[in-house]
Amino acid sequence: MPLFKSLGTRLGMTPWWLVAILALGVVGLVAAATNGDYSVIFGAIASGIPVTLGVAMVAFVAAIVLGLVLGLLKSSQVRIARELATFYIELVRGLPMLVVLYYIAFVGAPALAGVLNWLLSPLIALHWMEPLLARDFDFATRAILALTLGYAAFIAEIFRAGIESVDKGQIEAALALGLSRGQVTRRIVLPQAIRNVLPALGNEFVAVIKDSSLVSALGVQDITQLGKVYSASTFRFFETYNVVAFFYLCLTVSLSMLVRRLERRLKEGQSR
Amino acid sequence: MSFVTIRGARKSFRDQRGHETALALDGVDLDVGKGEVVLLIGPSGSGKSTLLRSVNRLEILDSGTITIDGKVLTDKPADLRRIREDAGMVFQHFNLFSHLTILDNVCLAPRLVRKREKAIVREKAIALLARVGLSDKLDRYPRQLSGGQQQRAAIARALAMEPELLLVDEPTSALDPEMVREVLEVITGLAREGMTMLVVSHEMGFARAAADRVVFMDAGKIVETGSPDGLFDSPREERTKAFLSHIL
Ligand SMILES: Nc1ncnc2c1ncn2[C@@H]1O[C@H](COP(=O)(O)OP(=O)(O)O)[C@@H](O)[C@H]1O
Ligand SMILES: [Mg+2]
Repeated sequence: MPLFKSLGTRLGMTPWWLVAILALGVVGLVAAATNGDYSVIFGAIASGIPVTLGVAMVAFVAAIVLGLVLGLLKSSQVRIARELATFYIELVRGLPMLVVLYYIAFVGAPALAGVLNWLLSPLIALHWMEPLLARDFDFATRAILALTLGYAAFIAEIFRAGIESVDKGQIEAALALGLSRGQVTRRIVLPQAIRNVLPALGNEFVAVIKDSSLVSALGVQDITQLGKVYSASTFRFFETYNVVAFFYLCLTVSLSMLVRRLERRLKEGQSR
Repeated sequence: MSFVTIRGARKSFRDQRGHETALALDGVDLDVGKGEVVLLIGPSGSGKSTLLRSVNRLEILDSGTITIDGKVLTDKPADLRRIREDAGMVFQHFNLFSHLTILDNVCLAPRLVRKREKAIVREKAIALLARVGLSDKLDRYPRQLSGGQQQRAAIARALAMEPELLLVDEPTSALDPEMVREVLEVITGLAREGMTMLVVSHEMGFARAAADRVVFMDAGKIVETGSPDGLFDSPREERTKAFLSHIL
């Protein structure tokens, strides 16, 4: 009877969704190794993996920097700073990411070239440099810029929530000890806020990886774009998109699991 | 001459629309002499915390003046820095920095605010923590300590800035009964050594042992002032009598 019960609890505790996904992964790997068609498709699309990861990572790191600045502005004591940050965040979050992407690529990039030319106009007048053209920004750069600007808005909200979750009593204690506002932010608020938001940031990185597939709309050669091109030329839609999905799932599921682990570790640290 | 002089302190709290929600201080005059221990008592909401907090400008008065050591406190950043450096504060909920060890909690402000050298600050912090009986907890985090230990660490943190005045707001009311004594003993010791203190507490034994003067507040006003024995044993005002019969 005890044996039966422990088997029952063990079955009950097993994350079956994960077992199923791992089984799919194994099936995929076996197919890639044994089925000639699949190995060709794997080879054709695998070069998109570094592009997808590269775009996602650069955009994510830049979005964290911008998001932190926006989050600090949003939780600032200064009204105008709060209003500006909220304006930006609400504007960007109110747009579909694909529209942000097109907007930056076809409106933002020429505008940026114009602004830079204006700033650098003395140098241009001296013929020290050529005026910049929109096409000097390749589409991968524009895509990264767009994802950065888009995700900064989401990450700003994460940081704001993290900053506001810090115990007000500790802030008062620091002020009462004579720390300046800036010192309180740097030494008391941010260390605690950042620790609190690490899991949420990890989830956001997973989201950036998925949304990086939007850059295929600009022709950037990521996993999705390579799959799109390959399937269109071979009409092997079923196999190709199986491979595309396989690659994305390998990235996202493993990262999600890392995030969960981190979350557990942080929780244990709290109650230690 | 008194060290802290409060004259005509008024403070009201308002909601976002500007309607007054509470009149926390309604014209308070109070003097605290150098080395004197003044105990504030009074019902919840009578303005004790607000009075304490306005001394180091965690609250800004609507009107009235606070003079510290002969100099009127103004809005100037230099004044703010001076009072925050010279007045230590001990809070009901300890408010230790939860991401720092006990030792780092004590070292932070002397390093950042007084810009003292690291080794000196550390040595002094270790001595202070020994004094409050926490020598074996230096590398622990606040959440690993009992409430009484946290409050003693918070007192050491305040003392590390070498304050001339200690503002203490209900230091034992968040503690389990068995931990009250260890904290009050530390504060009583400070009183004996001549620390100037403004303390909110309803611990009668502590009041009689440590306080030079007891001030009873109600509804934002000082109702009655006296020596501990005088005020507790023969209060003059009806409101004081009613309050004391409530808590004794
Ligand atoms: N931050 C605040 N916002 C609004 N009202 C407050 C605030 N702090 C205190 N009050 C009000 O001011 C009055 C005095 O509060 P307080 O000084 O905390 O009293 P005590 O410490 O004697 O209990 C109370 O009515 C309280 O509700
Ligand atoms: Mg209070």
